[in-house]
Amino acid sequence: MANLQDIRRRIRSVRNMQQITKAMKMVAAAYLKRSQDRVIAARPYAQAMMRVLSRLAARAGDYHHPLLDPRGDQHYLLILITGDKGLCGAFNTNLIKAAQKFIRDNSGKRLELVTIGRKGRDFFRRRGIPILKEYTDVGTRGVSYGRAAQIAREVMDIYTQDESTIDRVFIVYSEFKSVLSQKAVVKRLLPVGAEELAAGPASGAPEPEVLVDYLYEQPPGEIFGRLLPRYVDTQVFSALLESVASEQGSRMTAMDSASKNAGEVINDLTLNMNRVRQASITREIIEVVSGAQALD
Amino acid sequence: MARGIHLRIFTPGQKVLDAEVDRVEVPALDGEIGVLPGHTELVSLLKPAGLLTYHVGETKEEIAISDGFFEVGPDSVLIMADEASRPEDIDLAKALEAKELAEQLVGKSNTDSSIDVTRALVDLERAMIAYNLANRSRH
Repeated sequence: MANLQDIRRRIRSVRNMQQITKAMKMVAAAYLKRSQDRVIAARPYAQAMMRVLSRLAARAGDYHHPLLDPRGDQHYLLILITGDKGLCGAFNTNLIKAAQKFIRDNSGKRLELVTIGRKGRDFFRRRGIPILKEYTDVGTRGVSYGRAAQIAREVMDIYTQDESTIDRVFIVYSEFKSVLSQKAVVKRLLPVGAEELAAGPASGAPEPEVLVDYLYEQPPGEIFGRLLPRYVDTQVFSALLESVASEQGSRMTAMDSASKNAGEVINDLTLNMNRVRQASITREIIEVVSGAQALD
Repeated sequence: MARGIHLRIFTPGQKVLDAEVDRVEVPALDGEIGVLPGHTELVSLLKPAGLLTYHVGETKEEIAISDGFFEVGPDSVLIMADEASRPEDIDLAKALEAKELAEQLVGKSNTDSSIDVTRALVDLERAMIAYNLANRSRH
């Protein structure tokens, strides 16, 4: 049986760990609140953007734009959003798994990867999968729209440049449903689906649309062309916001259960320690008693 | 009783304003557009740096906005800007710093060809608008 000293030492170290996990849980909870608020605050813009675009799409008629026109089905670009840090439960694993599944499902296609976040990058780099572009530290200090837009523009540049053979761009991110439920989803980013625009904002009942013609200052095509990249920016931005909120939610739950587990371990060890102490006291008594008996 | 205009200003990160107003002046790309209730439906682009004014009764409010687009409905104005700042949100010291930085950049652009002159000028204008707006509201 382990000696008393060792058990005491172990209890101390587990208690230290528990303090750290508790602190991390608290920090994650604070970040979670903030990132949740940001997800909600970004919705009106995204919805309004969707509404205006779908109205414009309905009026622009037979309009062509590089970001809109369907291409072939041979060459995919996958954007994978993961966290930069671990200690957040299955968050990164789930996203990486979703990406792997996507790669497996489309093994016949040519595939390229863009990673946002260290975890995904490291995983695929170790497996020798070429990474076209990588971004890190995007979500650590809160996602800025500027950064999201910059990433989106770089991806669009790759997609639209003349020699590009990329047919479709997908994005893997974590959808934030609630603190307890996050889901890794794969979404098509490019080309922007005409049906997606026609569907309009997902929430609420569709308003009865009266097709009044807008007055245009610029040709409708030009406005539409200027708005499409913005729409893609917003999509990337909201994917990032949701992922960051998911990461914090996942970290909070993971750290909460880590703290609980540490508590259990401490209880077990304390029980064990008391038993060992009791045993040694009993042994000492027996020694004293038998020593006294031997003298008689 | 005159109808009001439902003015909403959104940026990607947040809702900056959602209010009933009487009149709006929007800095559109091709010049300022004044909107009164009952305006024709319109979609257009915003200036890369501009000042939006709206009136509620006798009071006049200003918001610095930059880049984006807007939609005018029969009794609504929807502004979708990359950035929008009310005077009280602007840090005067920071605005001054940004203005000076932009001025330097524009000054240097004569000799340094690596600087994008158009962008530097837009940055300067944006900084000046923000600075002037913040400055005016202090007095």
